[in-house]
Amino acid sequence: MMAASKKMLEQEPSEIEMLLPFHAAGTLNARDARRVEEALARDPALARQYAVIREEYAETIDLNESLGAPSARAMQKLFVAIDAEPARQPWASLNFSARLSGFFAELSPRTLAWSASLGALALLLQAGVIGAVLVKNQNSTFQTASLSTNEPITRDLGGGAPPHALVRFAPDARIADITALLDHYQASIVDGAKGGMFRLQFGNRAMSKEEIAALMGRLQSEKIVSLAVPTP
Amino acid sequence: MSATQAASDDVLIARIAQGDRLAMQVLYGRHHVRVFRFGLRLVRDEQVAEDLISEVFLDVWRQAGKFEGRSAVSTWLLAITRFKALSALRRRKDVELDDEAANAIEDASDDPEVAVQKKDTSEALRKCLTALTPEHREIVDLVYYHEKSVEEVAEIVGIPENTVKTRLFYARKKLADLLKAAGVQRGWP
Repeated sequence: MMAASKKMLEQEPSEIEMLLPFHAAGTLNARDARRVEEALARDPALARQYAVIREEYAETIDLNESLGAPSARAMQKLFVAIDAEPARQPWASLNFSARLSGFFAELSPRTLAWSASLGALALLLQAGVIGAVLVKNQNSTFQTASLSTNEPITRDLGGGAPPHALVRFAPDARIADITALLDHYQASIVDGAKGGMFRLQFGNRAMSKEEIAALMGRLQSEKIVSLAVPTP
Repeated sequence: MSATQAASDDVLIARIAQGDRLAMQVLYGRHHVRVFRFGLRLVRDEQVAEDLISEVFLDVWRQAGKFEGRSAVSTWLLAITRFKALSALRRRKDVELDDEAANAIEDASDDPEVAVQKKDTSEALRKCLTALTPEHREIVDLVYYHEKSVEEVAEIVGIPENTVKTRLFYARKKLADLLKAAGVQRGWP
């Protein structure tokens, strides 16, 4: 059981030993933290080494804290240098997420609320039109699920268009939450903030109706999503 | 650092990219002390460390638009600080540096003895932490004081993750050797 710590100085250190300082600082992921905890529980020598590490950890913090802080001169020097810099072109060199952050930051809460309301109204109208068209085109006969011999037999190789949806975010949604959601769903904004709604594209492959319905269900259950409706 | 602060740092960087001086002041207020201390531990000169801060944050002002948010802003700041500190050190003569490092270690093995006589292990430990080589000092500081993960240290120092772990282990072993030379036994190794 003490193999991990015994070989530490004679040979190469074990993986667990090398993780101990990071465990003391609380920067390990859950899996590694659990591995270290288990090793500490069964290896007293490793536990002793860990106690030494905690001492080093505390002293390193004390040492750094004793270094004090810089004088105001550093900040003055910085802003003199910044004032001497050429004027910025707004939005010129920003990446997409920065632009998105900036866009939201510039909208007032009142504007956001109005755009959301208008978006909801537009969506209701659109749903009504789509519903009317579907009802009109529906005939009274039934169809079997058998193979139609009038159409060629083909297989979808995934070349269809990826799904889209109109999404309205909750008024208190933070930019970080929205960008995390976009990452999580592999979504991108293809049309922005018309009436408070965003048109999102999900992934880069076509999905079946069931998949789209499941996706919308998941989206709708997100705390920061007020409304999610599939669109062509 | 909390996830909220990390996200808010990202927003500040986006505003700085648009030329927002107030955002720059907030970011500076939030991080300048840690940047200063990290720089000071590397260059060992308060004046140089203060100059470093201005250079680091001026770089942030200039490069904010290119920040892609792949790492935390604090990690990015420490990476810039390290680069600037090493450049400042290179401006000094190499010989002078070597002497300084050697003296520091010799001094430390003397000073802790005095400290031990006073039964102050804590002070001896601090002296020995100061006596580590710059390479070992920075990794100890990044992990213990700046609370950076293996991945973040690898990014700041520019070395593989496994090297981060082994370098820290040998930094700790060197620390134990210095303490042992000063008569301090701590039960490891």
